Amino acid sequence: MMAGIILACSIVLLLQFFVSYCRSLIAVSSKQVLSPEVKDVTGIQRTASADDFKRVMQLLQLCPERPEDRNGVQAIGAYFSLLSFLRSTLARIVPSMRAWAESERGQCAYFAAVALERRISFSREMLAEQMDS
Amino acid sequence: MLGPYEYAVWLICSLLEVAVLVCAFKKDALRRYLFLNVNTAASLVISIARYNILSHYGFTSKEYLYFYFYSDALLTITLYFALVSLYSLVFAELKAARYVRLGTVVLLSGTALFSYAVVQQSSARLVTHFVVELSQNLYFVGLVLTYVLWAAVLKMRETRMRLIQLILSMGVYFSLFAANFAMQNLYHMRGSFFEYLTPLFGCFLPMSWAYTFWRVPEEARLAPSRLAVVPR
Repeated sequence: MMAGIILACSIVLLLQFFVSYCRSLIAVSSKQVLSPEVKDVTGIQRTASADDFKRVMQLLQLCPERPEDRNGVQAIGAYFSLLSFLRSTLARIVPSMRAWAESERGQCAYFAAVALERRISFSREMLAEQMDS
Repeated sequence: MLGPYEYAVWLICSLLEVAVLVCAFKKDALRRYLFLNVNTAASLVISIARYNILSHYGFTSKEYLYFYFYSDALLTITLYFALVSLYSLVFAELKAARYVRLGTVVLLSGTALFSYAVVQQSSARLVTHFVVELSQNLYFVGLVLTYVLWAAVLKMRETRMRLIQLILSMGVYFSLFAANFAMQNLYHMRGSFFEYLTPLFGCFLPMSWAYTFWRVPEEARLAPSRLAVVPR
């Protein structure tokens, strides 16, 4: 009984902390302006839409990984999946949730584009170091 | 016996702990978040000591078993103090440090007494069971305390981005472990896929702390109402 209550509380709190944590990660990147080059590659001009996410993630996987970004990208990937699940289930009953989930998914795509920008500049730095040596 | 997966996760976790300390040192956060760094350093030292004991005595030895559970309790207590240090940072302006310290000691003693009361009637190996029970209860107390702290952050409109991320990452960590303990108690799931998942949970905290120290500057600010699940 006690373990059941603890489990239920933990899962509810886990969801709440996880959503807030992901939104804090997104908030850090939302202030960053994308370079024209990344805008061209990703097709994101001002605001990103949810449809961009998959494409940007594919581009991200083509670039060498930065260890300090891995955590954020994985967390946002999981958050995007959670939002997609909500959109196809609960949001059908609650229409306001649909708009919210859609805007959140768009912000996830923007986060991925910012991570792509960082990875591109990281790859350039690595290449420049190799050329120098 | 441990397999390559467990060794790999162990190594990754230890490397991440080194990364936390290096990032904190480089970004001038070593002293400001002292208890967080003490917890990370303790975890790293214990990780190395566990490896030594494991290679000397073996996975099924009593030495390893005792060391594992006692060091785990020690780490949970240091993590509890790390959480309390975040309370001190949030409530610093209210000059409530004395009350926070008092509350910490009372709650820790209360949890220890409760754990003792639970194991006292049903256990022959009292001390060992007490240590295990204390660890589990402290995880749940930690989760509740983190939730209260998060509520205080929202109420007081705390804007320090780094502090907010550290609190949220602790919330995710504590809730993962509390859910895991509860699930194991409910279903007695040994040998299931949760056994593979549990070591990965341990990597979350150092990974998120390293990320926060490295990527979020101390001066970064954010309106916490933007992060609440229910819009405020």
